[in-house]
Amino acid sequence: MKTNTKYILSGLVALLAAGAAMAAGADLGNTTKQATNWTAIAMFGAFVGFTLYITKWAAGKTKTAADFYTAGGGITGFQNGLAIAGDYMSAASFLGISGLVFANGFDGLIFSIGWLVGWPIITFLMAERLRNLGKFTFADVAAYRFAQTPVRSFAATGSLVVVAFYMIAQMVGAGQLIKVLFGLEYTYAVIMVGIIMMLYVLFGGMTATTWVQIIKAVMLLTGATFMAVSVLLQFGFSPEALFAKAVEVHSKHDAIMSPGALIKDPISAISVGMALMFGTAGLPHILMRFFTVPSAKEARKSVAWATTWIGYFYILTFIIGFGAIVNLVQNPGEFYVGGEIAKGLKGGGNMAAVHLSKAVGGDLFLGFISAVAFATILAVVAGLTLSGASAVSHDLYATVFKKGQATSEDELRVSKITTICLGVLAVVLGILFEKENVAYMVMLAFAIACSANFPVLFMSVLWKNCTTRGATVGGFVGLIAAVALTVMSANVWEAVLGNPKGSAPFPYSSPAIFSMSLAFFTIWLVSILDNSEQAKKERALFPDQLIRSETGLGASTASSH
Amino acid sequence: MSQHTDSYAQIRNNPKFQSLIAKRNSYSFIMTSLMMIVYFGYILLIAFNKEWLATKLGAGMVTSIGIPMGLGVILFTIIITTIYVRRANTEFDAEAAQVLKEAGK
Repeated sequence: MKTNTKYILSGLVALLAAGAAMAAGADLGNTTKQATNWTAIAMFGAFVGFTLYITKWAAGKTKTAADFYTAGGGITGFQNGLAIAGDYMSAASFLGISGLVFANGFDGLIFSIGWLVGWPIITFLMAERLRNLGKFTFADVAAYRFAQTPVRSFAATGSLVVVAFYMIAQMVGAGQLIKVLFGLEYTYAVIMVGIIMMLYVLFGGMTATTWVQIIKAVMLLTGATFMAVSVLLQFGFSPEALFAKAVEVHSKHDAIMSPGALIKDPISAISVGMALMFGTAGLPHILMRFFTVPSAKEARKSVAWATTWIGYFYILTFIIGFGAIVNLVQNPGEFYVGGEIAKGLKGGGNMAAVHLSKAVGGDLFLGFISAVAFATILAVVAGLTLSGASAVSHDLYATVFKKGQATSEDELRVSKITTICLGVLAVVLGILFEKENVAYMVMLAFAIACSANFPVLFMSVLWKNCTTRGATVGGFVGLIAAVALTVMSANVWEAVLGNPKGSAPFPYSSPAIFSMSLAFFTIWLVSILDNSEQAKKERALFPDQLIRSETGLGASTASSH
Repeated sequence: MSQHTDSYAQIRNNPKFQSLIAKRNSYSFIMTSLMMIVYFGYILLIAFNKEWLATKLGAGMVTSIGIPMGLGVILFTIIITTIYVRRANTEFDAEAAQVLKEAGK
């Protein structure tokens, strides 16, 4: 009997050890769970409390479908610019880019530039036309003169797929973050984000989502500014002195001052660049923000502000990354696994900015940045959910199934049901994809956005010969090509599917150069071959569409309240 | 849409509308091209000439040429966007308003 107990006990110990080893293999940050950070939890609690109070206020203003989707169109350009910046400065870009700078220096800057250059493209080609033609979703614009069912079905698919991948990245980020910040389980974080986000969207719709994004953008920009200024202050505001110190202490030394492995071959470089540049103009949750302002003028102002804030933010993340290089090594016991620099940062490479916040501002500021990082995820996920819900309720339900006969109440009800479904789905996917690489999921979302949503939008608005058939077929071809080539690239083929290194059939980092070109070519080819009666009617509608898109004649205006 | 048919026809035939579209389209095209040249130029420079970008700014310095250039691309992005929006919000909007006014809108 006694031997038996001993046997079982030793078996249990072995099992536990194995479990711990597995956890260690998956995420080094898990091995030394951080002590509960009450400051961070309190600040995050205050943020949630305040934003839920705003949601309550917003709920009183969210009565119609228009209020739910676009806050009644009454947001100003400046506010919308901050909200767009809030939507775009995700936790993945804040923590991921500063982490990349921390690891590789210069490469992080190259990466961040790619995330910014899509904004001028949106400004020059899309912003005003979107605002003039659309009402609630980008499908309104893409399907303006086309047969509603096929184009809306495509646009809704494109939206939902992009939203799904983007969302997974955010949820995984939330789970990873809470382990280090609060010492809580991954699953709790994912469920908590799901619930709070659903409260924002369900009750406050676009009004609450917009204000959550504005508040978060202001907090993130303030916190990041404080960190960057603190770092520069250490070096008398001399970037040269900062870089000199970083080169001295970084394990890669002078290599952090030159381009590294990020850009391998020219094809990959251009392809990734295209995905980021044109993908931004195909993100449904970003495009949707153009309908929250009252006019094309305000829409343009929003992008100008958004570009300014986002550009400023990327300059800050670059300084923050270098600040982390020079500050964290001075206290390895605090920031590195087992106090050994060679073992990497506690919680992984993405924690550079979070650790730096403690180094420059102590526990109080660490609490603030932790709360902001978490709030960031909440805001982005809320925006994504809202755009996913509108694709289902406005495009699929109201237009495709009800043929435009749905009442505002019905549409609102369907959006709320969809919000709940998407919230549950986000939680489930967040748990399923725990071990995935966050940054790569976002890249896939961009590849799809630039290969499916952007070409359809661009051609339908600017090319008079584009037809329903061309847009639908071309859009789906781009979507399928982007997903298929991504699956065949090393990021998925080798890293996710476990095939041997070097076996990936698609050798480049991003499919965009091929999938986006293919989408444009297919739209062109199918459209010129389309001689149907429907196609003739659609081409005849182009001049009137042009007048509306260029002058705003007949564009939807802000609702009266 | 039918109640607008007259004003649509009027706008379509208004030379001011045609010139507004031509002007704005070429402006958008030039600005888009500039942005693409600057960004893809920078990326291709990295792909083809890493050594040059790694050149130090001066003797005894660690900062490489690539860093101020990269920050320059960020500033360029902000500036080019602002310039376009300024012109569109004043000149183009005024012309569009004029076209609408002449069509009785």
